[in-house]
Amino acid sequence: MKSLEELRAIRANMQAQMGLRKEDGNQTRIVVGMATCGIASGARPVLVALSDAVQEKGLKNVTVTQTGCIGLCKYEPIVEVIEPGKEKVTYVKMTPEKALEVLEKHIIRGQIVKEYTISEMIG
Amino acid sequence: METVNVKINGISIDVPKGSTILEAARLAHIEIPTLCYLKEINEIGACRICVVEVKGARSLVASCVYPVSDGMEIYTNTPKVLASRRKTLELILSNHDRKCLSCVRSGNCELQKLCRDLKVEDESTYDGLRTKYELDTSSAHMVRDNNKCILCRRCVAVCEKTQGVGVIGANERGFDTNIACAFDMGLGETSCVSCGQCIAVCPTGALYEKDNTDQVFAALNDPEKYVIVQTAPAVRAALGEEFGLPIGTNVQGKMVAALRRLGFDKVFDTDFAADLTIMEEANEFIDRVKNGGVLPLITSCSPGWIKYCEHYYPDLLDHLSSCKSPQQMFGAITKTYYAQKMGLDPKNIVMVSVMPCTAKKFEIGRDHQNAAGVPDVDIAITTRELARMIDRVGLNFLSLPDEEFDDPLGRSTGAAVIFGTTGGVMEAALRTAVETLTKEELPSPDFVEVRGTQGIKKATYHVAGMDINVAVASGLSNAKILMDEIRSGKANYHFIEIMGCPGGCVNGGGQPQQPGYVRNTVDIKALRAKALYDIDSSMTIRKSHENPAIKQLYDEFLGKPGSHKAHDILHTSYVKRTVNNY
Amino acid sequence: MYRSHVLVCGGTGCTSSGTPKILECLNEEINKAGLKNEVAVVQTGCHGLCALGPIVIVYPEATFYSMVKPEDVPEIVNEHLLKGRIVQRLVYDETKTEEGTVTSINETAFYKKQHRVALRNCGVINPENIDEYIATGGYEALGRVLTEYTPDQVIQMITDSGLRGRGGGGFPTGLKWKLARANEADQKYVCCNADEGDPGAFMDRSILEGDPHVVLEAMAIAGYAIGANQGYIYVRAEYPIAVKRLSIAIEQAREYGLLGKNIFGTGFDFDIELRLGAGAFVCGEETALMTSIEGNRGEPRPRPPFPAQKGLFGKPTLLNNVETYANIPQIILNGPEWFASMGTEKSKGTKVFALGGKINNTGLVEIPMGTTLREVVEEIGGGIPNGKKFKAAQTGGPSGGCIPAEHFDIPIDYDNLISIGSMMGSGGLIVMDEDNCMVDIAKFFLEFTVDESCGKCTPCRIGTKRLHEMLDKITQGQGTLEDIDKLEELCYYIKENSLCGLGQSAPNPVLSTIKYFRDEYVSHVVDKKCPAGVCKALLSYVIDPELCKGCTLCARICPNNAISGKVKEAHSIDQSKCVKCGACIEKCRFGAISKR
Repeated sequence: MKSLEELRAIRANMQAQMGLRKEDGNQTRIVVGMATCGIASGARPVLVALSDAVQEKGLKNVTVTQTGCIGLCKYEPIVEVIEPGKEKVTYVKMTPEKALEVLEKHIIRGQIVKEYTISEMIG
Repeated sequence: METVNVKINGISIDVPKGSTILEAARLAHIEIPTLCYLKEINEIGACRICVVEVKGARSLVASCVYPVSDGMEIYTNTPKVLASRRKTLELILSNHDRKCLSCVRSGNCELQKLCRDLKVEDESTYDGLRTKYELDTSSAHMVRDNNKCILCRRCVAVCEKTQGVGVIGANERGFDTNIACAFDMGLGETSCVSCGQCIAVCPTGALYEKDNTDQVFAALNDPEKYVIVQTAPAVRAALGEEFGLPIGTNVQGKMVAALRRLGFDKVFDTDFAADLTIMEEANEFIDRVKNGGVLPLITSCSPGWIKYCEHYYPDLLDHLSSCKSPQQMFGAITKTYYAQKMGLDPKNIVMVSVMPCTAKKFEIGRDHQNAAGVPDVDIAITTRELARMIDRVGLNFLSLPDEEFDDPLGRSTGAAVIFGTTGGVMEAALRTAVETLTKEELPSPDFVEVRGTQGIKKATYHVAGMDINVAVASGLSNAKILMDEIRSGKANYHFIEIMGCPGGCVNGGGQPQQPGYVRNTVDIKALRAKALYDIDSSMTIRKSHENPAIKQLYDEFLGKPGSHKAHDILHTSYVKRTVNNY
Repeated sequence: MYRSHVLVCGGTGCTSSGTPKILECLNEEINKAGLKNEVAVVQTGCHGLCALGPIVIVYPEATFYSMVKPEDVPEIVNEHLLKGRIVQRLVYDETKTEEGTVTSINETAFYKKQHRVALRNCGVINPENIDEYIATGGYEALGRVLTEYTPDQVIQMITDSGLRGRGGGGFPTGLKWKLARANEADQKYVCCNADEGDPGAFMDRSILEGDPHVVLEAMAIAGYAIGANQGYIYVRAEYPIAVKRLSIAIEQAREYGLLGKNIFGTGFDFDIELRLGAGAFVCGEETALMTSIEGNRGEPRPRPPFPAQKGLFGKPTLLNNVETYANIPQIILNGPEWFASMGTEKSKGTKVFALGGKINNTGLVEIPMGTTLREVVEEIGGGIPNGKKFKAAQTGGPSGGCIPAEHFDIPIDYDNLISIGSMMGSGGLIVMDEDNCMVDIAKFFLEFTVDESCGKCTPCRIGTKRLHEMLDKITQGQGTLEDIDKLEELCYYIKENSLCGLGQSAPNPVLSTIKYFRDEYVSHVVDKKCPAGVCKALLSYVIDPELCKGCTLCARICPNNAISGKVKEAHSIDQSKCVKCGACIEKCRFGAISKR
């Protein structure tokens, strides 16, 4: 270790991965439905893509988590975005690509990707 | 000297900075009682007898180790202090066998004195479980009785620090703590050198020499036996202490009178053999110098030192003089020359030696110490044992007349009597060696450079065109320093005198025990040594080679120093031993 | 990149209740489920709730599973990790909300009042991975100290924080550092006392197991502050996990150049070596510890000289304990004001306690100084089991004392505890209920001290033995009122006269129980009764002939054939044969047997 900068570089790199273990009520939660129905329709690649992207981009205050069957099996894979103090947004029929788009637009830039939301798809 | 001001029991006094409270109190004419403390040897604050109150301190403090500071207010005798000291004694007594009446230290036991001084009224106040220990009788010279041990650890400190041996230490812990050898081996199985310094410092009867007085009495009462006694130089300088005389009183005359009244057939002087040792050793030295023998030559009078060398420097045994110690030479000459001269059967002679030394008890049992086919010396007793014998038969030692040793083996010189102190053998040897080499009489027989009680002394003498480098060490940790120099090849000495005990035989393990408070304030070894130097300077013959009895011995019997016969009778060999052969 | 982290507690408590097997199963099941690249299994240090071990926490959900068994693992993997369905039956009850959802463990009573500074990384990071320590801010404090502050500034910060030694005495840490700095010498040492020995206390072990780097970092900071380049950690050999993790941590820190030469390119050198102790309690005493490091029998020596003047190998030495060090980097990073904002006037920051005894939530808790005993016992500790009444709490281990119910609301800090006859000690806190006999408790602690006395000084070597014998006599019903006075008198003597802190504090459990529960002592010696029904010699088991149905069950269960009687007739107990094991009481279906 020759300098503090070196140390801080290690920290920055490591913190992204460790962010997973944050326990903070003010976090944005991305929840992926991972019941049998979800997995069957391809939820796992979605989950992995989201999880990796959040860590790679070093997004703080964002957790990617999973849940069981939400009850809308034919719309799986389903991804919910829950931001503190805001209404839940539910995206359906997700693919890894779409999910990353949601991450980019919704989570990072704050624009809901209307066309993938459940209200658009069902409504 | 930088001083600080302290108040002791309300009285203001300036004392040197860095003093302990104990030392400061002494300057204020107060002797705080101590038990475990031995200055520079055992400063561990363990026994808690010396506690005092210091204003502002959280608890009582141990005055033996607590340094004074400016403005300190000390109280040495408050009710709390006195009650605490008494409780400490009561606790010690609760795990002590309290067999005072049959104890060898009864009357000069430090624990006993403290109990009296501090008014312990009931020795059973804290009675409870008492640990019982087997006596360790495994060594040739002493007994360890842990039932009387108070765990002051003076013995541990003196063995480790002063003697560099360290074969005893604390085993177990808490209430089960006991002083023992590693793995509970017997002392006799270790590399203990038998010096007896542990006995000399023990405040109680936990350590004592193996008592051989009954054997001596038995011999004296056996009409078949011709019992001859020899007394080492240092004994006369210390025996008086057992009868209340000041340290350093020469009691040679009364000692001889007492021995005669005890019934010895002849009362001889080991000093005679000291002169003989010089003849042989000086000859050996000159021979080694002239013929390129192993140098430095190291003296071999001290059996503790010899055993130490055998254990710790077995690779350097060639440096040791092959001369037997004076005790053994004396026995050998008695049972050969003297027996022949007097027409006695050596088997019927009982040779008793009175020694300031416990290692002598070990030495008499060594191999190659039986010139007449029987052991050179039969019984070796310590100065203390002699005092006990005198007490037992009711001799009023102090009122005895002064008497002379018997002839011929009672004749000796000033050179011989200083064998009893560090540097004495060296000085005696130099007196003879220098005159032999130069063939001229010394202007003065004094070699003051090798006198004094310091642990290591060095000097160089220019003799017959060559520089002779000599060194003198006493106390085995000092010997270790010289031996390491020799082993590393750094030393350029020609002749070294080593005595196992610090200060030499005057401070031997068999000498009268002085309590801690005396040892801490008085240089015992210097006072006793002075007695010997006074004898030396008062004598007309002060060089061994001028002793007429010695000349007669060579003329009638041995031939010349280093002769074949002299070798057979007066020289010995050594064995390689290991350290801690466990 | 992993989408989920499964944290398995690898502290000593959980390890002994099954962590190694759980880890094995987890890895196997995760492999089987094909989740190897998605889920990371991380072995951490202790979470504190040791009674609930083995503990498994799954992130990002932060689901806290307790008492997990190997056979539960497939369900966790297949349900939770694969399908996202939390395994409700394994979830720690306290984290379940009324709505059926699961809250963070930090919201539970056990954790809510805690404030984790020293323990902040325990159970959170993988202690065998230096990167995880760095990720939580590790070694930043050392870096800043070396590049931004002078040694005097560092010492000033520690002084300003008000941190006091967490090992027992509560000596101001900043002052200690200052004294060690002030003594000029060619060589100085920094030592860490990791010889935690109080029965029941294990916070230092937990820190060493869960966050070993924090100790290394703090020691390096201390080395810079006092001018030392060599450190020693004296850790007991009975802490194998701590020893292993410390060794790994030292290796990793050396690899990263955070120990060794020229740290952070500043020219500052510092290295650390481990020294293993053989488990002697007295080696927690600073001079005994150093004597032991030097290779001698671990015994204390008189002070002065103090370690700051003449310590290890005769050189000026700074010695702090593990928990004290664990606070240092946080003080540097957050500032002394932050630390001083926690706690009471004279006791700043937090303190870790090991809760044990008659309490529901046994384990480690870190609370701000000044938290009341009541909060600790009733809220954090979850109260006393079986509806029993709080009788006393013992703090400070064998050096401490008992705090009775009358002081239940005392804010815990150094000075308050001393004022009521106990002490902080290293933070053991043992709760006792009405079934505990206070004489027996005092005897228990004395037995420990007697065993652990080094045997050097008279008062401790023999005095504590005699104290124990007197207590034993009282519990045997053979004591007299005079014995209680004699006992007290001997206690004060031992306190005043012992060489080291072990002996000086050994009588505290006796003195404090006599102070607050003298009536119990009196009952033992006058009435020959043990009010709590603990001291066997003072108990007798009797059968009420009115209630006894003569079923013979008690007679059959009695291990010493002390009970006799005919079938369907009242039985009786032969008191001379009864060994007071209590087996009969447990078996009697009619409540006919009682202790008196």
